[in-house]
Amino acid sequence: MSAARPGPFGARAIAGAAVLVILFLVPAVAGTYQTQLLTYGLTLAIAALGFNLLLGYTGLLSFGHSAYLGAGAYAVAFMMRYLGVSSMELFLLGGIVFSGLLAALFGIVCVRHTRIFFAILTLALSQVLWTLAYKFFWITGGTDGIRVPFANVTLLGGLVSFPGPDAFPRFVTHYYYYVLVVFAVCAALMWLIVHSPFGKTLQAIRDNETRARFLGVRIWRYRWLAFLVSGTFTGLAGTLWVPLNGLVTPDVLYWPQSGKIVFFAVLGGFRTFFGPIVGAVTFNYLEVYAVALTEYWQLALGIVLIVLVTFLPAGIVGTAIRVSARLKPRGEASS
Amino acid sequence: MSLLRTEGLTKHFGDTRAVDGVDFRVNEGEFLSLVGTNGAGKTTLVNLISAFLFPDSGKIFVGERDITYLPVDERIRAGIARSFQLVNLFDDLSVLDNVALAIFAREGKTRRIFALAERDVAVTAEARDLLGQFGLGSKVQALAGGLAQGERKLLDVAVAYALRPKLLFLDEPTSGVSTRDKAQIMDTVSAVVRGGKITAVVIEHDMDVVFKYSDRVVVMHEGRFLADGPPDEIRQNRDVATYLLGTDVSG
Repeated sequence: MSAARPGPFGARAIAGAAVLVILFLVPAVAGTYQTQLLTYGLTLAIAALGFNLLLGYTGLLSFGHSAYLGAGAYAVAFMMRYLGVSSMELFLLGGIVFSGLLAALFGIVCVRHTRIFFAILTLALSQVLWTLAYKFFWITGGTDGIRVPFANVTLLGGLVSFPGPDAFPRFVTHYYYYVLVVFAVCAALMWLIVHSPFGKTLQAIRDNETRARFLGVRIWRYRWLAFLVSGTFTGLAGTLWVPLNGLVTPDVLYWPQSGKIVFFAVLGGFRTFFGPIVGAVTFNYLEVYAVALTEYWQLALGIVLIVLVTFLPAGIVGTAIRVSARLKPRGEASS
Repeated sequence: MSLLRTEGLTKHFGDTRAVDGVDFRVNEGEFLSLVGTNGAGKTTLVNLISAFLFPDSGKIFVGERDITYLPVDERIRAGIARSFQLVNLFDDLSVLDNVALAIFAREGKTRRIFALAERDVAVTAEARDLLGQFGLGSKVQALAGGLAQGERKLLDVAVAYALRPKLLFLDEPTSGVSTRDKAQIMDTVSAVVRGGKITAVVIEHDMDVVFKYSDRVVVMHEGRFLADGPPDEIRQNRDVATYLLGTDVSG
């Protein structure tokens, strides 16, 4: 008698758990710098997850997600500078509320439009925020930005703090685990959302808006909710990103940042759940090493994007799934 | 008893009178066919009743309730559902998900955000049962976009049927399929709809199908009603023979 094989859902859960175990071991086997890089990658992966709820699952291409990343980031900076807050948990709460409110407001304007009109509106609104951050320098620090030193940040309600001159490696390790846990929670939450009746409704709207309407679905309402969730996830990513970066400037709100988030999804494959996660982490490495190798790093990334869109439109994960489906024996592939 | 009626329903597109002062009545429990040449106004009439379009003038009633300017979602709640002439499905979702979504929508569950859709046993069981009735029981996990045309037509009807409407409009459920598939589709649709005691209005061009399955036939011509009656009466109608069938009953 053969042992029962796990179903597709169980197999995915096992694979996910294995990846989490490997991620858990990273600080033990990799140096501070590599751990820091991966932490950046994981925060960006949360942004990509949020972004892809709109692109991959609702069919709306936002070119303005820098607004929510920036909102989450500036929420931390404002709370630290003006309220003297140091607790990361309060930062997360503030980041969620601030970016959520912003997404709720911008969503009302944007979700009544689709395609290029939606994309342009999201871009325009994010640039309004960028301009405000740039011009209201007495609040935002202008181009100098606002410093958010890791030494002023505490984790787990103040239980973990990072005083002293040699605290950086300790901060990186602790913060990595902190971000990893938040990432795991976000990924699980997003998995639940896209597989919920709400998530299926979004996919229905993406596939066929007219038919969804004739099931009684109020399209705008669902798009707005998706926009809200998407912006909030991206804002959370911005909140986590700041202590790592140590500084918030208007650059985080500028349109190339939105372009990068689009890049994450395209690189990994926006028609898959894990694609944007892989895309964000991979892009982070690509960018860091391209910058180190050449001053023309943007050209290198541009070439990668052209190659991707031309030869691998399904992205890294999408292509991997297609290849593995082709390699499977016929019976297994069709089962 | 009249389930739906329209009074002087009118819709013009420029100089074209697509629907021209139509008084339409659908009785509870009947299987009615709406026929006419291309451009007769059949689909426009269904579009007006289902809120795909709004009329220039006239009224639409479900029972005694005026639904003329209600939006789509409220008309669905009033008991009106429809399928489409060109199959309208969620192609990247599974066959099961297509029907389950209609059930979630009917039950007001589409806003459930922190619950796995597939874990809703009642909805999944109902969707599987319904797909079985429509002969799609073996295709539940297939993507809707990958189905054959005849199966897509059936799924299109199944999705509308899953809303459990009082009145179901089917816009050319057999267009674009082979003669053999036509009979199979209409046998299935007729059996399920009659079994579910749902009133149905079918737009159809194939008069063999119309005469075989309908309780009543309404013929449209240039935005107006040309004839209304049981299939045998319509078959003998001189105007219908002239304008629609291209034959002469007197001969």
